[in-house]
Amino acid sequence: MNLVAEILSGNRLALARLLTKIENDSPEGVSTLDALFPYTGKAYLIGVTGAPGTGKSSLVNQLALHFRKTPGKEASPRVAVVAVDPSSPFSGGAILGDRIRMRDLSGDPDVFIRSMASRGVLGGIAQATASVVQALDAAGYGLILIETVGAGQAEVDIARLAHTTLVVEAPGMGDDIQAIKAGILEIADILVINKADRPGIENTETALRNMLQLGHPLPRDLRHHGKWVDQPVEADKAEIPNVWLPPIVRTVATEGKGIPELAEKIYMHKQYLHTSGEWETREQTRLETELINHLKSGLLSHWRNSITDQLYQDVLEKVYDRKLSPRQAVTLFLESEYD
Amino acid sequence: MDDNKIRVLIAKPGLDGHDRGAKVVARALRDAGMEVIYTGLRQTPEMIAEAALQEDVDVIGLSILSGAHMALVPRVLELLRGNKQEHVQVFIGGIIPDEDIPRLLEMGVSGVYGPGTLTDDIIRDIRENTRRQREQT
Repeated sequence: MNLVAEILSGNRLALARLLTKIENDSPEGVSTLDALFPYTGKAYLIGVTGAPGTGKSSLVNQLALHFRKTPGKEASPRVAVVAVDPSSPFSGGAILGDRIRMRDLSGDPDVFIRSMASRGVLGGIAQATASVVQALDAAGYGLILIETVGAGQAEVDIARLAHTTLVVEAPGMGDDIQAIKAGILEIADILVINKADRPGIENTETALRNMLQLGHPLPRDLRHHGKWVDQPVEADKAEIPNVWLPPIVRTVATEGKGIPELAEKIYMHKQYLHTSGEWETREQTRLETELINHLKSGLLSHWRNSITDQLYQDVLEKVYDRKLSPRQAVTLFLESEYD
Repeated sequence: MDDNKIRVLIAKPGLDGHDRGAKVVARALRDAGMEVIYTGLRQTPEMIAEAALQEDVDVIGLSILSGAHMALVPRVLELLRGNKQEHVQVFIGGIIPDEDIPRLLEMGVSGVYGPGTLTDDIIRDIRENTRRQREQT
């Protein structure tokens, strides 16, 4: 049986080996992934990001358990977890420690966990993460949880990959100015305050709620005594809203508290994506981005093969000598191609 | 082919709670450029074999200080064979009596490293074994 057939028939060793080939960008990995492409596009991708130590792995563990045990409104999906940890900028090595928190998932043949090193990429996920997710999707994992590197403020690539992005905060992680900075909080579809049994939870929730309200002005009512009062945040209501306002959910992942509530919000967001048409938009944007990225690298190598090494070196020397700017060099290259 | 990262699973089977040695080795392998999956304490052989399968590792390092190595190691090796992962090198660290070492090596363990081992020796052995393994496949 070839690799594609092995993957489609549920061979987990073949899948694991394919993921390695994809990470190593091997020709066999690339061609297998291409052959699997028609089988992709079925999985629901949930991204989990947030600062180091906020409890992302524990939360992923609990969510995966929850989705396996309580199928709820849909059939119990097979669950895959892709957990990314940073590679050392010096040695290129990595400690991938996310499995430590996911031991509860061991023994379930319908759960597949894969650790990935970021391999020098700074966006919070690795270069190959999207491809690894595609392979898991083709292999029939209907729900894929993607845990990013412990992220600071700008690791926002996950939002382009996942359908639903959870940003995990913990009490005591910064004031209200942190909360209105651009970056990671903006990409949240759902905000999770984990470790909600810790002191400072009220301040954290207030800061996040205020941040959301600055971004999404709420209807206000003039009440008696001349006081303006905010209407409650719509997304906290039980029905599926027309406009998505990121809800805030409190959890204590180590004890499983707040997990059913969080799963409910995730389900609501998925429904929202479908009813609003945003699911389609996100999928199409993602595929176009992928196409453009491949086009860029394809055009670059195509062009490089079309000119002589001599010409390339000559122009490069002129740039080194500061006789040509890099931009002028490109103009020269592109003109010379058609000579 | 040898540019590909060596992936290592470091696991502590059994019930003892001393993981400093495992962490020292994990860190040394990281600094040698390997990708080390660290699974933490109290892993069953089944959990270790499952993780090795999903992570497609080249190497497994088992740290055992409880004296249960003659029960745990054969079980891990058996499960690996059952998963068609007999190519995975398994090395042992921890407290292993000298008289057990030949038997462990006979079972197919690639190395036994007690207290005082230089991490450079472990790294050299892993690189050498992995190179040989990858040439075969």
